Amino acid sequence: METLLEVKDLNVSFRTQAGVVKAVRGVNFKVNKGETLAIVGESGSGKSVTSKAIMQLLPNQTATYDSGEIIFDGQNILEINDKKMEAIRGSEIAMVFQDPMTALNPTMTIGKQVAESILNHNKNVTKKEALQRAVEILELVGIPEPAARVNQYPHQFSGGMRQRVVIAIAIACNPRLLIADEPTTALDVTIQAQILDLLKDIQRKTGTSIILITHDLGVVANMADKVAVMYAGRIVEQGTVEEVFDSAEHPYTWGLLKSIPDLDADEELYSIPGTPPDLLSPPIGDAFAARNEFALAIDYEVQPPMFAVSETHSAATWLLHEKAPKLSTIVQEKESVRAKRKGKKNLTLAQPIIQVRDLKKHFRMSGDSYLKAVDGVTFDIKKGETLGLVGESGCGKSTTGRTILRLYEPTGGEVYFNGKPIHGDLKKSDENTIRQKMQMIFQDPYASLDPRKKVLDSVAEGIDIHKLAASAKDRKDTVQNLLEIVGLNKSFMNRYPHEFSGGQRQRIGIARALALNPEVIIADEPISALDVSIQAQVVNLLKDLQHKQDLTYLFIAHDISMVKYISDRIGVMYLGSLVELAPTDELSKEPLHPYTQALLSAVPTPNPKIERGRERIILSGDLPNPINPPVGCRFRTRCPYAMEKCGETPIWKEAQPNHWVACHLIE
Amino acid sequence: MKKFLAVRIFNILVTLFVIATVTFFLMKLLPGSPFDEEKLADLSDEARMEFYARYGLDQPVYVQYAKYMGNLVQGDLGISYYYKGQKVESLISGRIGPSALLGVQATILGVSIGLILGMIAAFRHNTAWDFFTMFIAVIGVAIPNFVFAALLQYYVGLKWGILPVAFWESYDSSILPTIALSMMVIALIARFMRNEMLEVLQQDYILTARSKGLSQMKVIIRHTLRNSMIPILTILGPIVVSLLTGSLVIENIFGIPGIGSLFVDSIKVNDYTTIMGLTIFYSTFYILTVLVVDLLYGIVDPRIRIAGSKG
Repeated sequence: METLLEVKDLNVSFRTQAGVVKAVRGVNFKVNKGETLAIVGESGSGKSVTSKAIMQLLPNQTATYDSGEIIFDGQNILEINDKKMEAIRGSEIAMVFQDPMTALNPTMTIGKQVAESILNHNKNVTKKEALQRAVEILELVGIPEPAARVNQYPHQFSGGMRQRVVIAIAIACNPRLLIADEPTTALDVTIQAQILDLLKDIQRKTGTSIILITHDLGVVANMADKVAVMYAGRIVEQGTVEEVFDSAEHPYTWGLLKSIPDLDADEELYSIPGTPPDLLSPPIGDAFAARNEFALAIDYEVQPPMFAVSETHSAATWLLHEKAPKLSTIVQEKESVRAKRKGKKNLTLAQPIIQVRDLKKHFRMSGDSYLKAVDGVTFDIKKGETLGLVGESGCGKSTTGRTILRLYEPTGGEVYFNGKPIHGDLKKSDENTIRQKMQMIFQDPYASLDPRKKVLDSVAEGIDIHKLAASAKDRKDTVQNLLEIVGLNKSFMNRYPHEFSGGQRQRIGIARALALNPEVIIADEPISALDVSIQAQVVNLLKDLQHKQDLTYLFIAHDISMVKYISDRIGVMYLGSLVELAPTDELSKEPLHPYTQALLSAVPTPNPKIERGRERIILSGDLPNPINPPVGCRFRTRCPYAMEKCGETPIWKEAQPNHWVACHLIE
Repeated sequence: MKKFLAVRIFNILVTLFVIATVTFFLMKLLPGSPFDEEKLADLSDEARMEFYARYGLDQPVYVQYAKYMGNLVQGDLGISYYYKGQKVESLISGRIGPSALLGVQATILGVSIGLILGMIAAFRHNTAWDFFTMFIAVIGVAIPNFVFAALLQYYVGLKWGILPVAFWESYDSSILPTIALSMMVIALIARFMRNEMLEVLQQDYILTARSKGLSQMKVIIRHTLRNSMIPILTILGPIVVSLLTGSLVIENIFGIPGIGSLFVDSIKVNDYTTIMGLTIFYSTFYILTVLVVDLLYGIVDPRIRIAGSKG
């Protein structure tokens, strides 16, 4: 196969106020014509910097290329002048960005934004021709009625449609290399499936090579031919997708693969201990050594070279040195010792701690229209269980959680806590009790802690409000104890939030929620802002706490694989209503509602063999506008089985014992 | 769009009604008048009553109010207490010319230089260019414009003798006051523009534009400028109003017969009808400018266009 792009010993650093950050430290890889290379890594691993270096899009005031070559089509991109680079950018190499909500100019029509690229690279094309071509490309990427929509502005498009426009801009000049930087991270899972499908389709039609930057191993398994795993600015392992997934050689790759919950395994979720190193002063030896349970003495002293495992597969770990101890036996021993998941809870007899009946929350929009964020949901949360609530953005899952807590005043319906009503007018004392017994963990660990408050005061806030501490010493002791419970050093209490990493902040958030000895914790997307290896740490902590402190969780998330791992039962929401509720195993094996089926099918699994072979249910279209949802079954506009009867609202019924569903197909 | 305009115009009328009413009663509450008893002591009682009657001051306050509002609706602002027999509206229209010329010139000069300085500062962020322009911006805000005016008069007018020092005699007379007036605008706009451009340059869509292979210049003109202008429009409204309606101080320093000096004079002599007339004039102008700015928003930012046509 012919090589299109070769990156040789690339080193990139950034000047920051704190010092020089060595973001990319000696990266080597090749991309052949027509193939897809996935670069996988966590935030700060240097994967985005590498991709922007290829495009020469790094800010030239702060970024410097210390050494290396980027050879595209025989010429070194790092050595050519701006004019020549402008000619390559957009026409030979193009890029798709992460967030479609911000990647388009809000004050320029869609058509002009696509045509601009064509005009820029074809001197003899007229504006009219370029716009005509833009219409064709928009049609190709699946924008309905492109001729009419070229005159619209980005805000008139949904997120998924905007990402199609971003892709249209990228492919407008038939680039030979397409760099997609986390192209689906900001999208919902059913939309992600559409976009991945589109990228593959474009590759089939145009033969372009793709560099896919992502942190999601499921997406990699679905899309990639080759994989490069990055850690702390270096590629630690690369090979074909089968080689990396089936016979990974680097301990970091092992860790990543094992951090992903696998429903069949009955053991505790593996988590890589610690956090990535600070690239202001990268460690001398292997940057991963400090987190590597198999680290050898030499790992701390000398950076390992790339050891070739096969012609295509190589990894940078001393474990592959011929004199290194053979690990396979050690690994097996460790595996067997690892804590078994505390057997399945038997919750069939458990009493409901929270009962939600026909709960409604409508927000008033401009004029007389209402956004029916939650429109009549009914379910129980049993004592000691974890109820997962999943659904795409805008389905009302977060609003449900907040309305149960009465952070929002419900529009209608009833909520009972331990059999006592907690809706309607409450006595101040009753309200205080609820506020104590139910706590919340928020999504964004950066925004949910007051930056001007010490950890001590943030965690103790609830204790202060409810006057639970007898003395200042008592208060301090409680907080110290809480910090230890969530796995933080108790001396951290005198520090401020900015001194902590995302994972540590989320632990502080958990400590704050635990401070009042709650019975129920509502966790609203508690891990979605965290990196894969840190997610596993937090999920394990939550499970451990549940076991020790007898907690009940309502776990709200859009990451279905994680919800499947942590939850005893799962509820699926769509456009403000609950469409299915069942025990986790049953829901994953035998989903009844067509939306649940599509949702589960849309999640890519980190297994290339499964991903290659499987038929995905790809839902057409976007979520309807929740201000004016479809009458009757709300899913019917996207449902493959929609029939006449779906115009009526389906009844919420127990189709099988403990398996609730609202669908006309199930009688 | 029509509904939006209708609602806005109705709101404007209500606002003006409130302003007129409040101003009227405030004036009535103030002690003193141009016709104080002692000043009119020489007149006979009859003559005095006749004098009051001529200005409608012999009637109860509510009648005066009704009359005033009635006249106002017809565009009649009443007769000046000070300038004998002159109608307030003709006083204003006679004085508006110089103020408007100064205002328009200062707006154009201030905004264009401010925008250019702001752009330079943003593109040469954290370099000597940036520090220099921001130094100018700080000076423009920190030093009052009458100090600039005095400096300009002394150097350009007296020492070098290039331009007239004061008075309103030829077009040349307008140059120094225009420069003095525009300093503040330059400073404000430069600062805003710099911050906005830096903000916009950080946006993802600028990266998208660059990834199309557009040159730096095209990225700036097509993608950066328009988006940076949106917040500038907000501060532009009040700036235009204060410049066009005349600067009280600058007009006095340069001896220019504009609206600003009319306002100052009428306050000195308790010329209540003129004060009221000018207040209403200022308010109307201000409100209309805000309306124009809002309409401009819609042109510059399509997101606002949609919201506007719905509301």
